[in-house]
Amino acid sequence: MKRIAAYPYIFWSVIFIVLPLILVFLYGITIEDYSSPLGLKFSLENFYRFLEPVYLNVLWRSILLAVISTIMCLIIGYPFSFILSKLSIKKRNTYILLVIIPMWMNFLLRTYAWMSILGKKGIINNLLRSIGLPALDLLYNDGAVILGMVYNFLPFMILPIYTVLIKMDKNILEAAEDLGANKFKVFLKVIFPLSLPGVISGITMVFMPAVSTFVISKLLGGGQYWLIGNLVEEQFLRINDWHFGSTIALVLMIIILFAMAILSKYEDKEEGGAGLW
Amino acid sequence: MVEKYIQKIYIFLIFLFLYAPIAVLIIFSFNDSRLQGTWDGFTLNWYRELFKSREIMKSLYYTISIAIFSSIISTIIGTLSAIGIYNMKSFRKKIILNINYLPVLNPDIVTGIALMTLFIFIKIRLGFMTLLLSHITFSIPYVILAVLPKLKQLPKDISEAAMDLGATPFYAFRKIILPEISPGIVTGALIAFTLSIDDFVISFFTTGSGISNLSITIYSMARRGIDPKINALSTLMFLSVLILMLIINKRTSKKMNEEV
Repeated sequence: MKRIAAYPYIFWSVIFIVLPLILVFLYGITIEDYSSPLGLKFSLENFYRFLEPVYLNVLWRSILLAVISTIMCLIIGYPFSFILSKLSIKKRNTYILLVIIPMWMNFLLRTYAWMSILGKKGIINNLLRSIGLPALDLLYNDGAVILGMVYNFLPFMILPIYTVLIKMDKNILEAAEDLGANKFKVFLKVIFPLSLPGVISGITMVFMPAVSTFVISKLLGGGQYWLIGNLVEEQFLRINDWHFGSTIALVLMIIILFAMAILSKYEDKEEGGAGLW
Repeated sequence: MVEKYIQKIYIFLIFLFLYAPIAVLIIFSFNDSRLQGTWDGFTLNWYRELFKSREIMKSLYYTISIAIFSSIISTIIGTLSAIGIYNMKSFRKKIILNINYLPVLNPDIVTGIALMTLFIFIKIRLGFMTLLLSHITFSIPYVILAVLPKLKQLPKDISEAAMDLGATPFYAFRKIILPEISPGIVTGALIAFTLSIDDFVISFFTTGSGISNLSITIYSMARRGIDPKINALSTLMFLSVLILMLIINKRTSKKMNEEV
């Protein structure tokens, strides 16, 4: 009887989740053809078009920047989570709240603030000038985009790792020490392997938004700076070529599926489903 | 000893990184100059301008009304469907849960263009309605994911016990199940509300001319050139979030103390 309660949502999800994706898929594998009744013709032309060097370069750059940002988030975030997890409960609760609070502020506002820190007449350059050093070109380059990604997605790396670390059984660590392992070995052989589920959900949660962003690259990378997300946006909102736009969106989805397939190999099977926090 | 010191510096540096842009926004909201880099003295002018700006006030209004409507509707649909899904047989359950994961796993931009394609395909005019429908769509999965674990924690047959004692199914639902899963429902509603307030990408693709939420307004302003009114707005938003968080935090820690 109670199953009926889910029926409205089944209806909803078919219309608003499944159908839109089917449409994107259909647009992606067709081109316009006014001679046929639907105005569409099956064609993989757009996939071939995507193989042109211009687009492949954008794809390559998106993946590269997303990977670099993810690795940097991990390198910066893991030690931070580790230090926090060893503090007293009261202290670490306060600190983790301090990590979450910026996320409650509109991410566009925060990204936009970096423009006034890094800009030609920004704060860093003003400081440099005031001590007689030449100004730097900090904005509108790879570095700025990576900084923006690391800044925006770092909490998504910190939180899952932190959650796993604080749940870890202290007895196991003591046992390892009793058996003669030094601090470094305990970390390498016990703590790190046990924290892998958190690391993996952190990596997914950073990589996915990083590879598909078009806002960070547009604001901090400048107008001419392109990632795959910018390509999709341009095809849909400016050029109005939904077919090619859908093709790129499909490519984006394939990359993410691929990345997740690789990651899920290392995931803790017992946990089941990616924990969001 | 040295290790402790390094750890403290590390924590400090991370927080400096996380809060630097926020500090910059707040400081420059009181700056008399239009330029971000130079300090020309203290002023409250941008706050006055902010409340006079029709564009910002209108988008604030849309942001809040969309967030309220979409979180209420998605909480109701999400809670009901979580109950339905929980009671399903494993095969169907798996399919629905996987469909439910799609908006969570898909990049925002793909969800955004997919919904936009749908709305234009079925010829709904882009605007308030389509914005609301998309916000409900991306919120429901999070509500379901927040409510399901609470249902799993319920003792089995608890509602049947209630019905054996003479409760009608609806009475049992209202008096037994609902109170038990209410923490999950509240979490779900809060997630839905914050997701809606914060969303830019999906809104950007699914809204029509004339209807823009704060994110969209900020985006268009940021590209036109930096406007100190945005700084004033962000300071106010940050303060309200901060106060809200502090109250919630104080209440939960008080509760925890009482329980101990």
